[in-house]
Amino acid sequence: MLSFVLRRLGVVIPTFFGVTILAFALIHMIPGDPIVVMAGERGMSDERHAELAAQLGIDRPLIEQYLAYIGNVLTGNLGESFVSRTPVLTEFLELFPATLELSISAMLIAVVLGLPAGIIAAINRGKWPDHTLMGAALTGYSMPIFWWALILILVFSGYLGWTPVTNRISLLYFFEPVTGFMLIDSLLSGQPGAFWSAVHHLILPATALATIPMAVIARMTRSSMLEVLSDDYIRTARAKGLSPRRVIGIHALRNALIPVITVIGLQVGALFAGAILTETIFAWPGIGKWLVESISRRDYPVVQGGILLVATTVILVNLTVDILYGVVDPRIRRRG
Amino acid sequence: MGSSIHAFGDVAETVSVDTSNSQGSNATASTADGVEKAPHPLLEFWLAFSENKGALAGLIFIVIVALAAVLAPQVAPHLPQTQFRDALLQPPVWYADGTWQFILGTDDLGRDILSRIIYGARLSLTIGVIVVTLSLATGIILGLTAGFFRGFVEAIIMRLMDVIMSVPTLLLAIAIVAVLGPGLENAMIAVAIVVLPSYTRLTRASVIAERGKVYVTASSVVGAGLLRQMFVNVLPNCMAPLIVQATLGFSTAILDTAALGFLGLGAQPPTPEWGTLLAESRQFMQRAWWVVTFPGLAILFTVLSFNLMGDGLRDALDPKLKR
Repeated sequence: MLSFVLRRLGVVIPTFFGVTILAFALIHMIPGDPIVVMAGERGMSDERHAELAAQLGIDRPLIEQYLAYIGNVLTGNLGESFVSRTPVLTEFLELFPATLELSISAMLIAVVLGLPAGIIAAINRGKWPDHTLMGAALTGYSMPIFWWALILILVFSGYLGWTPVTNRISLLYFFEPVTGFMLIDSLLSGQPGAFWSAVHHLILPATALATIPMAVIARMTRSSMLEVLSDDYIRTARAKGLSPRRVIGIHALRNALIPVITVIGLQVGALFAGAILTETIFAWPGIGKWLVESISRRDYPVVQGGILLVATTVILVNLTVDILYGVVDPRIRRRG
Repeated sequence: MGSSIHAFGDVAETVSVDTSNSQGSNATASTADGVEKAPHPLLEFWLAFSENKGALAGLIFIVIVALAAVLAPQVAPHLPQTQFRDALLQPPVWYADGTWQFILGTDDLGRDILSRIIYGARLSLTIGVIVVTLSLATGIILGLTAGFFRGFVEAIIMRLMDVIMSVPTLLLAIAIVAVLGPGLENAMIAVAIVVLPSYTRLTRASVIAERGKVYVTASSVVGAGLLRQMFVNVLPNCMAPLIVQATLGFSTAILDTAALGFLGLGAQPPTPEWGTLLAESRQFMQRAWWVVTFPGLAILFTVLSFNLMGDGLRDALDPKLKR
């Protein structure tokens, strides 16, 4: 097991350094002088320009700059935002719970609906429930979620008037963030109605974000179930006279779930890409919206730091999934 | 003939010999004598593919969209940029105040939505072709190199792909556009880079599987050079999964470029790109639902069609799934 973990780390660590090079290179490929960009409309004198260049270290050779950058990254210093002057890491940590809450809710919706859909489709292979569910899944998989989110708003906020369009909670409620998760904080605040307000605000963006992972999970569950259902041990279980419920629910599902769990882990990156669009549309104050805004404001330290932090999160989640997978399924460990 | 595994067709679909025979007269003729001798590989492929009703529907829709795109000046009722100042936000034809002049209604500047969607199809299909060609060609070369040279070169290429994959696609595309500057061309380059790992990894995996086979050893004994091995002997045998991936790649390309357009980083208004159309008209959505609904449906149906076709191709080309 230890050698398996070490082998995974041997792949992950170079990838992390690769991402730092990518984040570093992206910023250096931006045409134009970063100091002129920083100064913006005001402009600045030549002396001040040279002074700033020395201060930021951009007059030194690239390799030296990169080493300095890596040193900073490893000590948690990702620079500060041009706009707000707060450290990038602080801003990230402040906004991250909002994105996490949205993503976890979306993933829960996706699993709760996608898993049964896949199982039902597999059991009814070739019949109408299979065709309907898989047709729906492929439609969900093809969905432009920036459009889907607009349609949800149009129907549920505009036409039916059920849900609000923006923010995480009604302005009627105010409390100090404890965990950063609105659902938990609203319960902790003890204010009646606060929790429901938070749920109301969350449900639409979470549904929009859940669409694609739900479709992926449903499709994966179906094909994984079909594969397992044709195995010999299932026939044995049936021959023993076990109830179909037990054969499918216990014997088949347990093995069918292994690839599904991997797929759920792999969806984390896709989920984040979706969060960028969802947060922008619902004005959800999370990482995705922050990054899109910082790009349009040309706030380069935020762009650079944000990419690095998001990529690191994705790498760590995938590593965790890999290791868990190795724990669950001993066959994986040897394959490496 | 059993039913294919990914049959996403109509609810009432029943796959049988009769239905696949009724697809075309030539198919009927050749299955009859196909009993004695094996049919031509292309025909065999077409029979397997057309058995999947969903894939066939996808193909038909794409052909229609492609024809509309090519013939846009002939089929579109108006020019995409013509503004009818006396018909702002006019509803579609089935409303009391809708007219046949603007079948799907008009936007806030009085431009015909149907015409903008038809001209937008030109862009979206061009985007698909360019992005898929760019990423497929680069991915094949990188994958072949990694598969043939192994060792250090392979490690560098594959780690680079890991790095690209660890950044969420849209975020990386946004970052690349931020560096290159917004615009349709840069958006396409960004999307092509983002989808590169899937082609590279797929090529490399097939190359490694193929290299161990006898025909490769045989031709190297006869004296085939490296380039001949790579491109003439091995590559054609790796094409099946790549064709499937490229078909699915069209949908990714169209979706991601539209998403960039929607965020204001892709095609710039007044270009009638589908994502840009959505972004432009978003603020009028509550007053006029048709301004966002139809461009989005165009994206959805096109992407869905490519996905249906990709699934059908996979079933038809993948020998492992073939009965």
